[in-house]
Amino acid sequence: MEDLVSVDNLTFSRGDRLIYQDISLRLRKGKTTAIMGPSGIGKTTLLKLIGGQLRPDSGDIRFKGESIPGMGRKRLFEVRRQMSMLFQSGALFTDISVFDNVAYPLREHTNLSEQLIRLLVLMKLQAVGLRGAAAMMPSELSGGMARRAALARAIALDPELIMYDEPFAGQDPISMGVLVKLIKELNDALSLTSVVVTHDVTEVMSIADYVYILADKQIIGEGTPEQIRSHQSPLVQQFLLGRADGPVPFHYPAENIAQQLLENY
Amino acid sequence: MEWFARLGRSTLQGLAGLGRAAYLLVGALVARPQLKNIPLTIRQMYVVGVQSLLIIIVSGAFIGMVLALQAYTVLVDYGAEESLGPMVALSLLRELGPVVTALLFAGRAGSALTAEIGLMKATEQLSSLEMMAVDPLRRIIAPRLWAGVISMPMLAIIFSAVGILGGQVVGVDWLGVDSGSYWSVMQAAVEFDEDIMNGVIKSLVFAFVVTWIAVFRGYDSVPTSEGISQATTQTVVYSSLAVLGLDFVLTALMFGTH
Ligand SMILES: Nc1ncnc2c1ncn2[C@@H]1O[C@H](COP(=O)(O)OP(=O)(O)O)[C@@H](O)[C@H]1O
Ligand SMILES: [Mg+2]
Repeated sequence: MEDLVSVDNLTFSRGDRLIYQDISLRLRKGKTTAIMGPSGIGKTTLLKLIGGQLRPDSGDIRFKGESIPGMGRKRLFEVRRQMSMLFQSGALFTDISVFDNVAYPLREHTNLSEQLIRLLVLMKLQAVGLRGAAAMMPSELSGGMARRAALARAIALDPELIMYDEPFAGQDPISMGVLVKLIKELNDALSLTSVVVTHDVTEVMSIADYVYILADKQIIGEGTPEQIRSHQSPLVQQFLLGRADGPVPFHYPAENIAQQLLENY
Repeated sequence: MEWFARLGRSTLQGLAGLGRAAYLLVGALVARPQLKNIPLTIRQMYVVGVQSLLIIIVSGAFIGMVLALQAYTVLVDYGAEESLGPMVALSLLRELGPVVTALLFAGRAGSALTAEIGLMKATEQLSSLEMMAVDPLRRIIAPRLWAGVISMPMLAIIFSAVGILGGQVVGVDWLGVDSGSYWSVMQAAVEFDEDIMNGVIKSLVFAFVVTWIAVFRGYDSVPTSEGISQATTQTVVYSSLAVLGLDFVLTALMFGTH
């Protein structure tokens, strides 16, 4: 099967802190890939690396076979029109309405008439169920609606790759269900390639075709959801089942508690 | 030895900051001008310029009134009340207009610019633009920079004009200086190049520096609530110091050789 994105032997650090050590993964065309891992592990960083906002220390990231870190700014901007990213916060522009937010990429990158843009925007908003909210300002939306509006904006230019950064974080069960359904539907209807970065295990296992699990700067497990569920590694199992203690200890490394409590006596 | 290392480190950090600030400026200004940016710039001129009008007018009026009052008490002892007009006008045009406008602008518009851009960064709006293949330097920074540079000199001129009127209210209407002499002596003393243009040039320089500091502090801020509040404070402190320091340099260059 064809890879839309492939990450090969990627190493990346922020300042002195190593975030990724020699990881490789691929996003298969037309599929939904999930990347799971605890908070702060570097999931957002990975998406920014794929989007070319950050440069790897070593290793390569390819989009349709073309190296992203090797691209000049101009080429990178061209390639970015084929990808889109749904940020954790939604990242709607707060000073313009929902309609104008969705119209933004169209007005920016196409010469379509306002009439046609209106048509497209309403269709995208219809797809996420927010046609009725077109005139609202982002501040008037609930968290779930904001994320759906951002999703409409993300698909405005019909990208080939869509990256979701923690789409379920902080959502109530209903909007969570709506988002899961939307991601699945959009992937199938628009023949998108999707990558979902998250720590919500159950939601994403239901829609992913392939799963990677990140921990400790590396990929500790990968496979289809079935393979992952029966994965041998105790680390993977701890993460899937959400056990408080295990190979990832509950306690941050500290000196012996008896000693510390008695220190001042 | 410790302080030496610290000195070196903060020097390097300062230089790196200057480099980033220069990069931002080049990215925002050297970009080929885009038609789409003109409405954005006009909109920003409304936000930073028109919305600063009230504070500029009120401050200008009071400063002009105080100037006239202070100057009168000194001048009257020498029987030189007819010099009140040029005294007020020259102080405002050469000095107080550009400087006080810049300080007020830093507090009113500069801090708002920093906070706005910092918040855009914190809510990933800037990253989001990048991912939409839109350069935030061109789309967010450039219009704000231009708006500040265009607006502030106009505000400074308005400040001076209102101040001169304020001076007339106190000097002529209240203290009884002859109206004809207030205006005609002023007109004779104020020179277009020497006084008005130099004031405008000062104001342009201040506008550029204050707006640059404001947008850079926002763009370079640590995207947390603490980071943004710190950046906002820095904008006001750094721009005020820069304005006062530059004012001395510019004054020395413009008027120092007489
Ligand atoms: N702009 C930044 N500068 C320095 N460190 C950062 C920055 N953004 C994130 N980090 C650090 O990189 C690590 C990974 O961050 P992130 O990719 O946001 O994690 P995740 O999305 O998995 O929660 C975190 O420890 C975070 O503190
Ligand atoms: Mg994240």
